[in-house]
Amino acid sequence: MTIATEQTRRYGEIGERRAGTYQEYQGYNRRFSDRPQHREEGAERRARGLGWFSIGLGLAQIGAPRALARLIGIDDDEEARNTMFALGLREISSGIGILSQPRSAGWVWTRVGGDVMDLALLGKAMGAQENDRNRVAVATAAVAGVTVLDFITGQQLSKSGNGTTRFEGGRVIQPGRSTTGIHVTEAITIKRPRSEVYGFWHNFENLPRFMAHLESVEVLDDKRSRWKAKAPAGASVEWEAEIVEDRPNELIAWRSLPDSSIPNLGTVRFREAPGNRGTEVLVALRYDPPGGKLGALIAKLFGEEPEQQVKGDLRRFKQVMEIGEIVHSDASIHRGTHSAQPPENLNDVELLGMTGSPQGVRS
Amino acid sequence: MKANCWMGKKKVQIQEVPDPKILNSQDAIVRITSTAICGSDLHLYNGFIPTMERGDILGHEFMGEVVEVGRNVKNLKIGDRVVVPFPISCGVCAACEAGMFSLCENSNPNAWIAEKLLGHSPAGVYGYSHMLGGFAGGQAEFARVPFADVGPLKVPEDLTDEQVLFLSDIFPTGYMGAEMCDIQPGDVVAVWGAGPVGLFAVASAYLLGAERVIAIDRFKYRLQLAKDRAGASDVVNYEELNVQDALLELTGGRGPDKCIDAVGMEAHGHGVTYAYDRAKQALMLESDRPIALREAILACRNGGVVSVIGVYGGFIDKFPMGAILNRSLTIRAGQCHVHRYMRPLLERIQKGEIDPSFVITHRLPLDQAPKGFDMFLNKEDGCEKVVLSAN
Ligand SMILES: NC(=O)c1ccc[n+]([C@@H]2O[C@H](COP(=O)([O-])OP(=O)(O)OC[C@H]3O[C@@H](n4cnc5c(N)ncnc54)[C@H](O)[C@@H]3O)[C@@H](O)[C@H]2O)c1
Ligand SMILES: [Zn+2]
Ligand SMILES: [Zn+2]
Repeated sequence: MTIATEQTRRYGEIGERRAGTYQEYQGYNRRFSDRPQHREEGAERRARGLGWFSIGLGLAQIGAPRALARLIGIDDDEEARNTMFALGLREISSGIGILSQPRSAGWVWTRVGGDVMDLALLGKAMGAQENDRNRVAVATAAVAGVTVLDFITGQQLSKSGNGTTRFEGGRVIQPGRSTTGIHVTEAITIKRPRSEVYGFWHNFENLPRFMAHLESVEVLDDKRSRWKAKAPAGASVEWEAEIVEDRPNELIAWRSLPDSSIPNLGTVRFREAPGNRGTEVLVALRYDPPGGKLGALIAKLFGEEPEQQVKGDLRRFKQVMEIGEIVHSDASIHRGTHSAQPPENLNDVELLGMTGSPQGVRS
Repeated sequence: MKANCWMGKKKVQIQEVPDPKILNSQDAIVRITSTAICGSDLHLYNGFIPTMERGDILGHEFMGEVVEVGRNVKNLKIGDRVVVPFPISCGVCAACEAGMFSLCENSNPNAWIAEKLLGHSPAGVYGYSHMLGGFAGGQAEFARVPFADVGPLKVPEDLTDEQVLFLSDIFPTGYMGAEMCDIQPGDVVAVWGAGPVGLFAVASAYLLGAERVIAIDRFKYRLQLAKDRAGASDVVNYEELNVQDALLELTGGRGPDKCIDAVGMEAHGHGVTYAYDRAKQALMLESDRPIALREAILACRNGGVVSVIGVYGGFIDKFPMGAILNRSLTIRAGQCHVHRYMRPLLERIQKGEIDPSFVITHRLPLDQAPKGFDMFLNKEDGCEKVVLSAN
């Protein structure tokens, strides 16, 4: 059996098993399904507007390149006309793309690309003497305005899901459609044997050593554990979780028990990295920040970018496994931004994962 | 302690800041004796590298004496005199093990920022933005040095600071620039930029067996240094000559076998393309001005190598990919993997094959770092390299 088929087989197997947990998840979290819809509608309406704007502009660029070039103050020469024609085609294709896609994030992003291209050309015209600088400046400002609009629309549309349709757990997932909650997948490669990496993670009480928001995990029995996470202003949230699947050196899947303050479930997979590079660790998790007062707290707790947090946790996991501790810089020991200057006092900062005194030997 | 801090675009200032502290068990604290200003610092100074914060301590070329060690430091002890390489490297990850120290996978706590801009993150670097870790730099009286057993190189007492300081960055960088060229007997190498990095690239190309080395810049005094001190066989002043024509003439119409870009993202130029790149940079549509790089690619002979050590931060435009593909060019680039060159280059210094102090034109006390930045930026008073003495 080749490595490829071996891997395909393994993926498939894990995928099937995960489909079950995913479905369950869908069931008990459907209640949040209407919340994010509002903002999307506005974005969608704007996207359609941009679609028509694109087609209109595109037609003008193809049909009357000369007039348009003059209008925006660019020299009317062969090169300008050809450029306008190309731009026109691009506008029309992205306009049609936006209008014909039910959820058009991908196409709106081609508009952003296109805008940047326009800006680039206008910037070039600005450098050349012959053009009417004022008119070019006005046109640049206009295009820049559209770029901002495109950018906001593109971001909102793709935020409401990951923008991409994924094949996952043996089924197609269309983010922003039927699912709510937050779904994160991240991966990292760690230069340690699989058994060691799995073993360290499997002892859940180790997790707070590298997961920035976890305060503690208490193992209650061979399935259940109690999790405590930090919340702003010294508060904390707690929930209980159970292991739903555990395959030594391969996979751990868990989910929170019903009525948790943060319904969540996840899997972590461990697989051999090719070329003796250690272990690939793949985390997929889904959690649902509940509404209400706690909701705001939780949202803050998990920050705005869950992917980044999970990746950060994985990176620290790698540091703990490879070098035995978490690497700090003068800025990273502070919450939020801080200049790269040594701390006034070590008691004021939080050295995640530090065991024992950091004090060195002085001369 | 006193430290030179970034306070915004074109503004650095000596400030009183807290002394560094041990934050990890493999840290050492070094009392700095000598430190330098680098062309890379100019990119920060001019505001071209994102994610700087007011108050960031600058500096990544420094040496000094170990005054404190963390409990897991085994190879260094208090009193050791060391030169510190600018990339921060753990020594055990896959990248470090492969000798790619500037790609250390564990040393950048802010890797996520770098990933946004670059796709993946390189190593942390002292005093070089939050994207590269938010580490306090070495233009100061003291510095914290993580992974003290991996980076710092102990240097013999009979060599002066000025002879070994540049093992921290620019000598290995110039050397790596030449090494990436895979120089063969008879090769003609052209080096864009006769700054300190360019001079070490010229000198190193000879150490690695180049037949002739051509230096390109517009400052006469720098070209003079390239010729007299680094040994360039020919120099081209791009304000007086068309570079492409001059190189064709110097290489019998072939173009240089190997080309080194030691200029980077703030290249200067003439005419429409220069205006174009400046405008795009100002409009934030292109972060880097690749004038020297484009020129190097177009000049390089068919099948040659373009080695890029000048620093680029983000995106460039009008990149001559057609030339690269159709003419089978090889492009190689990198932040220097300093660690792997320190010991062999120290040996060359000890053997007297090269004395890196030849690039130094100005020596100032740390207090005058702001003046040093200004002079180095404006190429005033024949300024090639500024060394600051700290203690
Ligand atoms: N890769 C690395 O690890 C590494 C390490 C250190 C420095 N660097 C980079 O190397 C570059 C040079 O550093 P430096 O300290 O010598 O800086 P520098 O500013 O002293 O030198 C740059 C030189 O390039 C010349 N130049 C500008 N435009 C040119 C052009 N179009 N053609 C030819 N020459 C041109 C300038 O006149 C100047 O003399 C910088 O980008 C710096 O960031 C890279
Ligand atoms: Zn440098
Ligand atoms: Zn490393």
